[in-house]
Amino acid sequence: MDAFPILSLVLWLPALGALGLLLVPRENAELARRAALIVALLTFLVSLALPFGYRATPGDATTMRFVENLPWLPMFGASYSLGIDGVSLWLVLLTTFLLPIVILSTWDSVHVQVRNFQILMLLLATAMIGVFISLDLLLFYIFWEFTLIPMTLLIGIWGGSNRIYAARKFFLYTFSGSVLMLVAIIGLYVLHRDALAATQPGYAGTFNFSAILANLRSGALQLDATVERLLFGAFFLAFAIKVPLWPFHTWLPDAHVEAPTAGSVILAGVLLKLGSYGLIRFNLTLFPEASRWAAPAVAILAVIGIIYGAIVAFSQSDMKKLVAYSSVSHMGFIVLGIFALNLEGVSGAMLQSINHGLSTGALFLIVGVLYERRHTREMAEYGGIWKVMPVYAGITLLVALSSAGLPGLNGFIGEYTIMQGAFLAPELGWPFLAFAVLGVVLAAVYLLRMYQSVFMGDLRNPQNQNLSDLNPRELTALAALCVPIIALGLYPAFAFGPMQASVGETLAGIATAVAGR
Amino acid sequence: MESLQIPPVDLRLLTPLLIVVGWASALLLIDVFFVPDGRKKITGYLAVAGLAVAGLAGIPLWSVSGSTFSGMLVLDRYSLALTWIFLIAGALSIAVALDYLPRHAIEQGEYYPLIMFAVGGMILMAQSADLITLFLGIELLSITLYILTGFAYPRVASEEAGIKYLVLGAFAAGFFVYGIALIFGATGTTSLAGIADYLGRQPFRPQDETLFLVGASLVLIGFGFKIALAPFHMWTPDVYEGSPTPVAAFMSVGTKGAALAALLRVTLAMDAAREFWLPLLAALATATMIIGNLGALGQSNLKRMLAYSSIGHAGYILLAIMVTAERGAEAFLFYMLAYTLTNLGAFGVLIALEQRGEAAWSIDDFAGLYQRRPLLAVAMALFMFSLAGVPPTAGFMGKFFVFTAAYAGGLGWLVLIGVITSAIAAYYYLRVVVKMFMQEPVRDVRPELTRGLNAEILIAGVATLLLGLLPTPIVLLAERSLAALGG
Repeated sequence: MDAFPILSLVLWLPALGALGLLLVPRENAELARRAALIVALLTFLVSLALPFGYRATPGDATTMRFVENLPWLPMFGASYSLGIDGVSLWLVLLTTFLLPIVILSTWDSVHVQVRNFQILMLLLATAMIGVFISLDLLLFYIFWEFTLIPMTLLIGIWGGSNRIYAARKFFLYTFSGSVLMLVAIIGLYVLHRDALAATQPGYAGTFNFSAILANLRSGALQLDATVERLLFGAFFLAFAIKVPLWPFHTWLPDAHVEAPTAGSVILAGVLLKLGSYGLIRFNLTLFPEASRWAAPAVAILAVIGIIYGAIVAFSQSDMKKLVAYSSVSHMGFIVLGIFALNLEGVSGAMLQSINHGLSTGALFLIVGVLYERRHTREMAEYGGIWKVMPVYAGITLLVALSSAGLPGLNGFIGEYTIMQGAFLAPELGWPFLAFAVLGVVLAAVYLLRMYQSVFMGDLRNPQNQNLSDLNPRELTALAALCVPIIALGLYPAFAFGPMQASVGETLAGIATAVAGR
Repeated sequence: MESLQIPPVDLRLLTPLLIVVGWASALLLIDVFFVPDGRKKITGYLAVAGLAVAGLAGIPLWSVSGSTFSGMLVLDRYSLALTWIFLIAGALSIAVALDYLPRHAIEQGEYYPLIMFAVGGMILMAQSADLITLFLGIELLSITLYILTGFAYPRVASEEAGIKYLVLGAFAAGFFVYGIALIFGATGTTSLAGIADYLGRQPFRPQDETLFLVGASLVLIGFGFKIALAPFHMWTPDVYEGSPTPVAAFMSVGTKGAALAALLRVTLAMDAAREFWLPLLAALATATMIIGNLGALGQSNLKRMLAYSSIGHAGYILLAIMVTAERGAEAFLFYMLAYTLTNLGAFGVLIALEQRGEAAWSIDDFAGLYQRRPLLAVAMALFMFSLAGVPPTAGFMGKFFVFTAAYAGGLGWLVLIGVITSAIAAYYYLRVVVKMFMQEPVRDVRPELTRGLNAEILIAGVATLLLGLLPTPIVLLAERSLAALGG
């Protein structure tokens, strides 16, 4: 019996909502916001069924759950094939969780063409969820590329003064990165088809990820070492640009600074995770031997990113830029964890992906709150804000500490696990750990410096005298973010649980490769 | 004395072609005697009706295949599928012209029959199984296009375009005919089947081989001019810019498509000489993809940009032609359809923005279009993304099919060039989107959307999206249409 297609529902609800929003009159901003919020909340509620259903599904811990399969391009073996495992589960939830929060923030930060903004945001949500749950390489690529269109328009239409440059740079950077991935996907398809056609004449091939993986592991499809490295490289480039790994990060500060608050939150919260997800799902799983080969080099780039991002963040006077560069640093941690190639590292990277989505998303919201009141993000303009906005200051402290990795909050668990993984990895070891620790220290330095200069001290600037504290909407959004920040810090096993088996499955190929040496 | 044998003729196989050409001839007279001046749109509607009838008449032929006129013309599903694509291209080109011509005070009833004749030439090319009939088709198409490019004759640019196209077209025809003669000298036949037969009987005498290779190269050069492959592309931007925009739209998909379709048949016939033409075509494709897309980068005139972009796209299509054995022919048909619809849509938007007496061709005229005509801007964005190959559009699917076929056919390095040039192309397509959505209007351009234009843009837009989301039915159709080709 076919189960209820819950993944399709989660996937298409936002897109259907976007279509429905077309019926809302253009001038009626309030209605558009409310409708979008309802759609987003509905999507989140439906997606809540996923973790519970996931736990309730007994059986083999390593396989995909909620699988849906419909033929789409039968002559190429491409299908509408969806499914999630412990790796994608939390990322889908992160997306559906952030969506209503982001839409809530548009009441204060988006004032023109509100309806179209919501339409694009909902379309973007569908595309991002699609990336996380596609089990078909072609379908994955389509969702992957489609994320570019709404995001580019979000930056380019609603962004700041330099928005056109940022939007263009964002699109061209990520588009150029992913076209090579298309070649790799095609290449993998052809190699797989030809390998199997040798024993099954007339075999049409497939784009199904699980099928290709199974044949890779069984040896039915064997990749030459050079070919494997080339394919690895093509996938890697696309994901490294998206993450972004140093030195591919230059689009990120521009995009973040120019994007409207809601855009920044979704960009940092989810869009960057498409890259880390891709690295785990495709690079590690499909090309274990090449991953091992590339691990030290990638880890070096990751460490450079950690330190570089932290130092540049420290030297910013603009708060949004600071948070943007802190993203480069934090995403470096995630990549380091992934290429530790062990259970600790990859699980930590997964958890840190979620953490970063929550904490950095919250930081962008926080910057947005001040920006909407004073229309400047220069730290020098502020000081002593604690006195006029105590609730806001308290939440900011919590979020900043979470981002800096204070024990008891979510960031600590992720960073600790990643460092443990890096230390235990035979390819990496203590030098990487040392630099990572330095990165953690620097994160505390720049975040606390920002906190100090904005919130503490005297209320120097008279313009800040009458700032109002958080309004109910802002409070709701930020408080909602604080719940998982604390919960994951206190009881990370909740997230780690379903993740372990899937991460183990991901690394199975690497374990075999190591054992075979 | 032996009496001349008349070969059996089965006109049924030529039904769509005969309807198109016959109706076009009749329409020339009807237009003169029955359609009053100032109401020449009626001729246009009649022309579209004729094309529709021809398309419908093709449906029962789907299950028929055969050849006639001593094997000079064939009907198979491949030619039928192309016929439909060409009929769509013709009908859409007429739809966009209905209001363009009066607005630019160049309304003459002949325009519509001429487009029909050109479509007839294209169908003839698709049905040709002989170099002579192929040449006939090319000339029928070209001569009508010489007239059409110069159709806005009070405008010097249009006349210049007409002359330029005529001179270069004549050159190309010269190459082509000379090539045919040399091939005939070597093989003793002009029939494609005969040539394939001859090539199958290798080895042949060295002087014949030289003759054949020189002939084939000359034919290829002739094709190069018609398809606008680099380095034979120089005329394209000037001619597109000068011609009336509906004509440029028609040329960008029509001439190119028909010539590429014929080239596919010729390469199939010369399959045995594969190691000779494959490197040549590969070099041409590389040059075309690079020069077309790099050329488009610097253009601020949108018509010229689309001209260069059409050169680039010809390069991608050429990839498919080189690997017919690996579903390349299917990819070719799909790409042709996707490109035809997308490009005609883009030109439709261009026409909507074109003011009387001057041409809104500058990319700046698109600035802020979104604020004035949101739907038009969304449609144009869709076409631009499709041309750039961003999913979920027809253009992406077309590129995907072509690249897959080329990769499977062992042309991986050409695919690499293909995707790199696609990334370059994204820059100039995105520029249009940026202008429309993210910048303020520079000057007051009032888009004029009329019924014909609206319908054209709507059809093209919906089809572009549908082909991108659900390409399967069309691919299946293409697959079936190729069973007869033996590709």
